[in-house]
Amino acid sequence: MSQRVPGFETLAIHAGAQPDPATGARITPIYQTTSYVFNDTDHAASLFGLQAFGNIYTRIMNPTQAVLEERLAALEGGTAALAVASGHAAQLIVLHTLMSSGDNFVSARQLYGGSINQFGHSFKNFGWEVRWADAKDPDSFAGQIDDRTKAIFVESFANPAGFVTDIAALAKVAHDAGLPLIVDNTMATPYLLRPIEHGADIVVHSLTKFLGGHGNSMGGVIVDGGTFDWSASDKYPMLSRPREEYGGIVLHETFGNFGFAIACRVLGLRDLGPAIAPMNAFLILNGIETLPLRMQRHCDNALVVARHLTGHDKVDWVEYSGLPDHPNHALLQRYSPNGAGAVFTFGLKGGYEAGVRFVEGLEIVSHLANIGDTRTLVIHPASTTHRQLTDEQREAAGAGNNVVRLSIGIENAPDIIADIDQALAKA
Amino acid sequence: MNHDAYCNEHIAGILNSVRTIAVVGASANVARPSYFVAKYLIAKGYTVHPVNPGQAGNEILGRPVYASLADLPEPVDMVDVFRGSDAVPGVTDAILAMEPLPKVVWMQLTVRHDESAARLEERGITVVMNRCPKIEYARLSGEIGWNGVNSSVLSSRRPELRSGYQSFGIRR
Repeated sequence: MSQRVPGFETLAIHAGAQPDPATGARITPIYQTTSYVFNDTDHAASLFGLQAFGNIYTRIMNPTQAVLEERLAALEGGTAALAVASGHAAQLIVLHTLMSSGDNFVSARQLYGGSINQFGHSFKNFGWEVRWADAKDPDSFAGQIDDRTKAIFVESFANPAGFVTDIAALAKVAHDAGLPLIVDNTMATPYLLRPIEHGADIVVHSLTKFLGGHGNSMGGVIVDGGTFDWSASDKYPMLSRPREEYGGIVLHETFGNFGFAIACRVLGLRDLGPAIAPMNAFLILNGIETLPLRMQRHCDNALVVARHLTGHDKVDWVEYSGLPDHPNHALLQRYSPNGAGAVFTFGLKGGYEAGVRFVEGLEIVSHLANIGDTRTLVIHPASTTHRQLTDEQREAAGAGNNVVRLSIGIENAPDIIADIDQALAKA
Repeated sequence: MNHDAYCNEHIAGILNSVRTIAVVGASANVARPSYFVAKYLIAKGYTVHPVNPGQAGNEILGRPVYASLADLPEPVDMVDVFRGSDAVPGVTDAILAMEPLPKVVWMQLTVRHDESAARLEERGITVVMNRCPKIEYARLSGEIGWNGVNSSVLSSRRPELRSGYQSFGIRR
């Protein structure tokens, strides 16, 4: 009497997407509408009171977005998801649901530079304090936790060097302290690694990267693992206490193991407003259908390029956990046996100036501030994404002055190598 | 009967066959899950009889409330139990005294009592435990996906449209 569990490749194409009931359209339509007609006032009251499932207003939900959400929940092995305008919006809404002014959270310092800015600077205005810890040392998180700590945050593969986090060890630290573990899984994608299977409670993504995969749409998502007991303590009143604006309902009690995703939608997204555009949701959905094929090709190409760079005379070092002698390789094999992702860094012997000459000398590889495109992308973090950080912060984030970050695309691998070689010759 | 996992066809078969449901522990408080569930089941066309001794003689959702299962005005196909697991043996006694017996006894999310389930099954009653009929209905119809919840259902078949906007039924 048990239910057959579909494989990842099947979920990537089918999860969440029934044929359109009105037209039979097999591809999920772009529901380019702001609002939805009610049957009568009682139907409207049921929707506003969270007593019926359905659409009210596209700032809160949209049918194209909903298919994207269900698909990501399925791919990550979560109970529910909420898609939003960007990965930054996802982080904002997750922490808004967990934190009040005066609270803190502990984050790995090995993060995307944009997240370091968001956590360290903008969140100060809300009275939210970030406490930095070392992703390579799970014990460094425990020492930062006090009675106002609300969560632990890490990246699965940390940007920009692709360091693999020991998620199960961090989950133990978090759970021993009664806290949820939030994992940004943007760099790995659920094709390579599903953090909830290793103990994470909440997964966030920038959909802009590998999930969308084609560099055309901004998006973010929050996936609820359905694993955390929000009512076990008094730390999370948005979930465990009656909500005045919804007639006194308690969201965790009412929605059970998908209560966190609902709280993010009906409190965070409703009131803060960073909704995803239906068109972007559509384009990202199309991208996800080929995620398993693309992601494997990204990994295979990245390994070929990393091996090539390892022997190059202009290159000081290559940091890619897919290389067998990388200190992180054992963790990679445990967490992500299919590959180490597309993004890695290498150091140029010529330092900062060589980095600038290299990125400016490339012909096919694009110099821009993104990762996870079909195209191979390059950036010199010290002069761009990590420019606002101090030298010390850059080193700590793996983005020192001689560092170049590549996001390897799915082009012909010898073509990628040829372009890199000609630019290295000028660097 | 394995009560750790139910297949979709089994649950869909139950929800597509029962028409009349007694909700034991139905609350008059609009913020309580039992009120939500009863409201949803009514909207899906089920005949719902609230059972709650504290509200007997009053109305919930426009339906008269009965003090006990023995007071119901007509036979019911299903009893939905909105009581804690420790109250289930007593409710089971009351169900087994019903004439005729219901076809299905459904215990809500977090409610499970294997010994009572065995007693009910011995009398030919189908038992579902630790599930919510609203969530299961919304999951199997596809409605639950409108709010980003993972239905765990894949389908290339046409959704079953009910009257009005935004209302799916469960495919047969």
